[in-house]
Amino acid sequence: MYLSTLDKPRTANWKGLSGNVFALGTVSLITDVSSEMVAAILPLYLVIGLQLSPAAYGLIDGVYTGATTLLRLAGGYVADRTNRRKAVAGFGYGLSAVAKLGLLAAGNSLTALGLVITADRAGKGLRTAPRDALITLSTPDGDLGRAFGVHRAMDGIGAFAGPLVAMAVLAASAQSFDAVFVVSSCIAAFGVLVLVLYVRDRPEPLERKEPLKLALLKDPAVRRIVLAASLLGLVTIGDGFVYLLLQKREGLAFGWFPLLAVGTSLVYLLLAAPLGALADRVGRLKVMLAGYGALTVVYLLLHGPLGGWPLLVLVVLLYGVFYACTDGVLMALAGPVLPERLRTTGIALIQSGQALAYLGSSVLFGLAWQFWSPEAATRIAAVAVVCALITTAALLGRRR
Amino acid sequence: MTKRLLITLTAAVLLGGVAAGYTALSGATPENTARSVPTGAGPRLMVLSNGKLSTVSRSDPAGSREVTAQSCDRAYAAAGTISCLRPVGALKAGELAVLDTGLREVRTVPLTGFPNRTRVSASGRMVAWTLFVDGHSYAANGFSTSTGILDTRTGALVTSLEEFAVEGVPQRPVDTNYWGVTFTADDNRFYATMSTGGHRYLLEGDFAARTVKPLTDLDDVECPSLSPDGTRIAYKKAVDGDPQKGWRVSVLDLASRKITELAETRSVDDQPAWVDDRTVAYGIQRDDGLNDVWAVPADGSGTPVVLVPEASSPASIS
Repeated sequence: MYLSTLDKPRTANWKGLSGNVFALGTVSLITDVSSEMVAAILPLYLVIGLQLSPAAYGLIDGVYTGATTLLRLAGGYVADRTNRRKAVAGFGYGLSAVAKLGLLAAGNSLTALGLVITADRAGKGLRTAPRDALITLSTPDGDLGRAFGVHRAMDGIGAFAGPLVAMAVLAASAQSFDAVFVVSSCIAAFGVLVLVLYVRDRPEPLERKEPLKLALLKDPAVRRIVLAASLLGLVTIGDGFVYLLLQKREGLAFGWFPLLAVGTSLVYLLLAAPLGALADRVGRLKVMLAGYGALTVVYLLLHGPLGGWPLLVLVVLLYGVFYACTDGVLMALAGPVLPERLRTTGIALIQSGQALAYLGSSVLFGLAWQFWSPEAATRIAAVAVVCALITTAALLGRRR
Repeated sequence: MTKRLLITLTAAVLLGGVAAGYTALSGATPENTARSVPTGAGPRLMVLSNGKLSTVSRSDPAGSREVTAQSCDRAYAAAGTISCLRPVGALKAGELAVLDTGLREVRTVPLTGFPNRTRVSASGRMVAWTLFVDGHSYAANGFSTSTGILDTRTGALVTSLEEFAVEGVPQRPVDTNYWGVTFTADDNRFYATMSTGGHRYLLEGDFAARTVKPLTDLDDVECPSLSPDGTRIAYKKAVDGDPQKGWRVSVLDLASRKITELAETRSVDDQPAWVDDRTVAYGIQRDDGLNDVWAVPADGSGTPVVLVPEASSPASIS
């Protein structure tokens, strides 16, 4: 391949990472504070503030996330085609920032709320692939694990701080949801500004070697990684289910609910960078598979022998390890396989496959829960993860 | 480079200022916030306006409203006792707060679940509540509720009616759920809904004896509400016995067992509240998500009218 990044020396310290990675990390950190502070209160706002049924909320959440998948692919393709990843990402960040204010304007209208939430998800869908593509294009292949690790750690700090900021705003504003939306919007706007001022796109035109579009899926290596990512998505049940099962088993008060997510984010942000670096050294596939191993243990623990605090701490810890081992590492694994010309499209394809599969897994898990039992459902999920893990090892291990 | 930094700093200060300013303004207590639920100034209705305890005059319920700063998901009041199911906070579980008319906390009970119903006995002594523990709708299958009762005089607390023995049934079926308590005048006997085996019976309970007795000849009686004179029960009756088709507000005459469907034809998912012996009030959610409190004559005549716009959880107080 003709990666211009190949001539960059591989460095062993954190300083070796390009400033662009840190700039993108900062944008993600700021944006995640903004989006997670809304995410932390949105269910409460809709269900308790607006007295919407949780089933309707679930529908809003699920359907709109699914509907933006196509947009994600389109965004990735446009970013590649025009060679303007930063512009597409910036549009995505901007859209989400405006959507936060839209929540304020939507008031009690379900239609307007649906539109605003769709816009927010669309923004997230649009920005993710170009951002990850920029990271791969700003980093030598050998350092990708580290680069994604650092980026995801910064992202994680934002996700960790978001709910806490939301609580602080709620406390300072006499429980005003509107204040949370306004603050979130201001933070998001600042994120866009940092992106515009500090993130550099790859200005040099890339060679037009590969034909666009479907060429991507003709490459067996790409096909294998998309397949593996989708398969792994299909065996991953939603965070909500994991936390809900913990809550039910331990009879946790509802108020503790957000703390499970905060705890997981904390473990994730602490481990993302070191595990990313480890992945560069010992092999990304190994680290990713180890992450799914941790996930298997989490599913088994949900109805396992442990109980009380040890169970909660262990599950949150292993769940954070799972995210740290897999989220950024998958992108680092995929980056070098994807041709530069189509990198954003390729990343979007992998992320879309995973997101769609994940949507399906949540439905299947919900059904299994309802028709058999939560115990059976989690054990089936654990077995499914092991099967997917073996298949992934076979699919991706072959490459070397 | 310096220019870029300058822009960043300026933007940070401006945006931070907007965020902090808006938060501070939202936090300021409005000047016209009422500090109590007024009593003695003629008959009034207590409602929740946008989640805040409020009162309106019964003679002019759409008129001026005294809004307090007290937030509740559901509320009810009688004889100077206010029960307020407080919302689940970001870091705080929900709770039942028993308040006096000066909004001082008399007692709180931590609760886990989504607030659904609450009632106070006419004397103000007994307080009951229902939460959704699992699932959130009476129309779906597989929901579970938790219903408790507090005696504010003795402090006796029953966190779940499932602790009570079921009369006439050797063992309580595992699929039993209880919801929607209403108290009689003796502050001991009460009515509620008991669902088991696909039926939703009216039950009669005895707080002191810790027993409940399902009245199996009275099926499809949900969220009962005893009239002030104690002769009738207003409730929501599943249309064609199928909760998924919605509910019709109906009145059961306890002596004759005669059932009267009221003039409200829309589905009502609320525990009705008696405004007086002739009028029943209930909340209905509009398309835009807000609730209005409606009222309809209890004898099946007339037509429903909006009693208090943009409000929920009505309770008649004096």
